[in-house]
Amino acid sequence: MIEIKDLHKSYQMGSNSLHVLKGLNFKVSEGELVAIMGSSGSGKSTLLNILGMLDVADDGEYILDGVTIKNMNETKAAQYRNKFLGFIFQSFNLINYKTALENVALPLYYQGMGRKARQEKALKYLEQVGLKEWSHHLPNELSGGQKQRVAIARAMVTEPKVLLADELTGALDSKTSYEVMDLLQTINDLGNTILVVTHEEDIAHMCKRIVHLRDGIIVKDEKIKQVRASEYVQ
Amino acid sequence: MFSRDTWKEIFLSIRKNKMRTFLAGFTVALGILIFVSLVGLSNGLKNTFNEFFRDDATNVFFLFPGRTSMPYKGYKSNRQIEFDNSDLADIKKTFPQYLEYITPRISRGALVSYKDESNNYTTRAIGPGHQFNEKTIMMKGRYINEEDIKNKTKYAVIGRLVEKDLFGDKNAMGKYVDMGGSAFKVIGVFQDDGGDREERNIYIPYTTRQLIEKNNDEIDQIILAFKEEIGYAGAMAFEVSLRKFIKEKKYVHPDDENGLFIRNVADQLQQNNQFANVIAMVFSVFALGTIIAGIIGISNIMVFVVKERTKELGIRKALGATPRSVIGTILLESVFITTISGYVGMLLGVFLLRSIGDKLEDYFIMNPYIDTGLAIFATILLIVFGALAGYVPARRAARIKPIVALQDN
Repeated sequence: MIEIKDLHKSYQMGSNSLHVLKGLNFKVSEGELVAIMGSSGSGKSTLLNILGMLDVADDGEYILDGVTIKNMNETKAAQYRNKFLGFIFQSFNLINYKTALENVALPLYYQGMGRKARQEKALKYLEQVGLKEWSHHLPNELSGGQKQRVAIARAMVTEPKVLLADELTGALDSKTSYEVMDLLQTINDLGNTILVVTHEEDIAHMCKRIVHLRDGIIVKDEKIKQVRASEYVQ
Repeated sequence: MFSRDTWKEIFLSIRKNKMRTFLAGFTVALGILIFVSLVGLSNGLKNTFNEFFRDDATNVFFLFPGRTSMPYKGYKSNRQIEFDNSDLADIKKTFPQYLEYITPRISRGALVSYKDESNNYTTRAIGPGHQFNEKTIMMKGRYINEEDIKNKTKYAVIGRLVEKDLFGDKNAMGKYVDMGGSAFKVIGVFQDDGGDREERNIYIPYTTRQLIEKNNDEIDQIILAFKEEIGYAGAMAFEVSLRKFIKEKKYVHPDDENGLFIRNVADQLQQNNQFANVIAMVFSVFALGTIIAGIIGISNIMVFVVKERTKELGIRKALGATPRSVIGTILLESVFITTISGYVGMLLGVFLLRSIGDKLEDYFIMNPYIDTGLAIFATILLIVFGALAGYVPARRAARIKPIVALQDN
């Protein structure tokens, strides 16, 4: 599903160049739930942004679902993001003047789907994350966990090939975190490929595989025994 | 790009961001409102000027006799110069190439009465040419003609308000009025755009006046019109030769400024027009300044709006918004707001000007108005610049990598 070969990325900081990713190689197959772990500055978010086509690599190859992502213009990238990828952010990134339903329906708007079909589909996904009754509430009327679930519904609504989650529990307390992870595991059980960037051990262990990143290199890539979040959720 | 969904998206964004919408709209509306008002007021001022100076014909000289201040050819100074009928004939004979018409004017106050009603009016003893000079409009009957001059008829042409004063609702035509002891037959009623005072004048043949005043041939002032086609320069040249001719005839020293006065309406008009134009220019500069201020205002707000929306745009891009749709949304929104509020500002301005109407006449502003084309042009100008001003930051926002936009707080 995802394949990267010898990926490099540097940031220009004034006159200094900061080499963030120093030649990464790895593959993710369909249906995997991968945690990318590392301390801050290890390059994990940069990696995720490149995978999400929010940022571009300086060097190396990135193949998403058989398509080489290279020299893509913004329009093309936007279409790919919309079609292949779903994003979940630490800070939720909901549009604050749109209701939960409108937020979830937004990616479908950019697909050119009709209004009615959009809303029906969005409502279906809101129901899946257990927020059907909250569909007409604005983000600031929702709790953190609810917001993140709206964001997950929004990421899911286009039925993307890969879900990318950047510290999705970073702004949540542990109980809510586990609830969100429980939801993510359920989605993964349905066969969706998910990549989670985190620096929290317990969250990482709820995935099926952990990629350890340090100073821009993969230091360890291991399959683990998944901890089910439902064990912690009453 | 113009689908129903796009508009829904824009309306939602407008409705949910009232402050932003209000700021942008207010700037534009205010800019247009001030522009329309300024241009309107300047036009109102121009109207007043026209009213003051254009009521009467503009190709006219008024000749007044004076008192000499220099001795000349055996005549002492301080001699009163007088015009008489021979002057009319001589001017006619000497300047046929310039002259359109010539008429004397002898003004006298007189108590005029009809039955029980009486009042004091100015009578003007004139020739037929006077009608063109004052742009007198006949409502009933006719003006004084050459036959009246020749026969020294006791005919009077009275102003609309004279008829109203003396005859009430009745028709004055054919009635006889007593004017300083002589009976005059009313042969015409006129109106004049020059205002109430003009319409309380009475015109009689100048020869009749001279007959009443011991059959002399004296004239108070001479009014003459030159042919329009000689132009401003021609009029000036005519004035010089005319002055020279009369001074010679009346034995006035060529350098004596006091023997003869000529009021040249063309010259005055030129000066007044220049004054009006200067004022209009000052207003135009202010109006232009307002539009520029409006453009700068809307540009600032667009920059602010895009800056404020950077994160939202980042989210939208992450969700699959193309740069084109990002720019399109921002531009459509800004054009929509500026169009609506520009239109509102224009309507408000026009409404304001309408409601002013004659209320500011004391301040020399009359019937202020704005050319619809100009108002629409200014509005469109602001809309176009609003869109342009929005386009630059919108394009920049569309180019920002979504990751950068998302990090923006």
